[in-house]
Amino acid sequence: MPKITYITHDNQSRTVEVQNGLTVMEGAVQNDIPGIDADCGGGMACATCHVYVKEDWFNKLPKKEDGEEDMLDMAFEPKTNSRLSCQLTVSDELDGLIVNIPSKQT
Amino acid sequence: MIKTDALIIGAGPVGLFTAHQLKLIGLDCEIVDNLDKIGGQCIELYPDKPIYDIPAVPECTGEELTNNLINQLKPFDIKFHLGERVDEVKKDEKNWIVKTNNGKSFSTPNVIIAGGVGSFEPRKFPPKECEKFENKSLFYSVKDKKIFEGKTVTIFGGGDSALDWAVELSKVSKVNLVHRRDEFRGAQATLNKVKELTSDGKINLFTKYQLVSVNGSNKIENIDIKSDDGETKNLKTDYVLGFFGLIMQLGPIANWGLNIDKKTIAVDTEKFETNQKGIYAVGDICTYPGKLRLILSGFHEGALAARACFKLARPNEKYRFEFTTTSSNLLKRLGKKE
Repeated sequence: MPKITYITHDNQSRTVEVQNGLTVMEGAVQNDIPGIDADCGGGMACATCHVYVKEDWFNKLPKKEDGEEDMLDMAFEPKTNSRLSCQLTVSDELDGLIVNIPSKQT
Repeated sequence: MIKTDALIIGAGPVGLFTAHQLKLIGLDCEIVDNLDKIGGQCIELYPDKPIYDIPAVPECTGEELTNNLINQLKPFDIKFHLGERVDEVKKDEKNWIVKTNNGKSFSTPNVIIAGGVGSFEPRKFPPKECEKFENKSLFYSVKDKKIFEGKTVTIFGGGDSALDWAVELSKVSKVNLVHRRDEFRGAQATLNKVKELTSDGKINLFTKYQLVSVNGSNKIENIDIKSDDGETKNLKTDYVLGFFGLIMQLGPIANWGLNIDKKTIAVDTEKFETNQKGIYAVGDICTYPGKLRLILSGFHEGALAARACFKLARPNEKYRFEFTTTSSNLLKRLGKKE
């Protein structure tokens, strides 16, 4: 199973195995990783699963769909490497992905 | 003090259908919602997005679903209290006393929380010092636009609210418009207007910039904005406005003595009652083993909670299960029979 590493704001790092087909958001929620709220449950209707993706990984990810960038306008401290983790589907290609969780989501 | 058999907190789809169920079994109810309109997340987050998993409705948008639910409530007289947030829930000898931020109070044996993921609040600026200026020289909505006359106003955001206010205030104020990227979400017509006003020098546009700090003692004097490339600019401004949409906050619900875990309230699956007798939670805000965050599950939860309300609202009567197809009682309540 692909391994995804979540780094929280206070630099706590946790690597968990996430099943192919789940999203990076779901991987966090199912493993009780703090800081990913996912209020809307993955509908791209809020911005509370916002993460920063390390640059080398950022360019490898599938491009943002319409709407994700709009939603990121409403995220807490969005940066150029911001993504909504509910839009990142885990696959073998994402094995080793590292995401940073912002200091807060709201 | 308003007396009612049941008070519903939240006018989203689940709150609306719960009201339907309460009225159908002969109880009265009132609904409070923090938003100024009916529909909850369906209206605020996805009015135009199609939903495909409402039973017997192959496809409908959030707005259509809301309108259908409102239509379904037409036979009934239900009082809505919109734009009000429930701040306090306390028990007197018999009833729950519920108070809103507008000073309304209700006395009821039953409180049904159909609060979605909490109340919608404006999303705020990240820098901490912004709090100090909030509602003095920094705002997340405009209540009195007169205060901006002849002043410099810096507006942040890329949606309709930000663009509309930039256009409107540019008539009487010096306006800076700051947005984190080049594209705007707002209506094209408004965006064209903003661009026109920008080339006329009526609006100073800063794209790919975000707020980093707010400076001043009692009121804002200037702010620093930083670009994606790390370049910082200092802008003199009297006021700052932020329009980053709304987020959901659990808010005061957290203080009502309920079992709360990860922004959800634990309930039983018979009555959808919380650990407090007479307080129920239905829809996205409740949790129990196997909980699905679907609108259809919320409808079921509301229907059962409504039956539980009957016992407390009519302690001396016996609730009798009836079908709308055959019961003359129900048909009368629905206005289908004299």
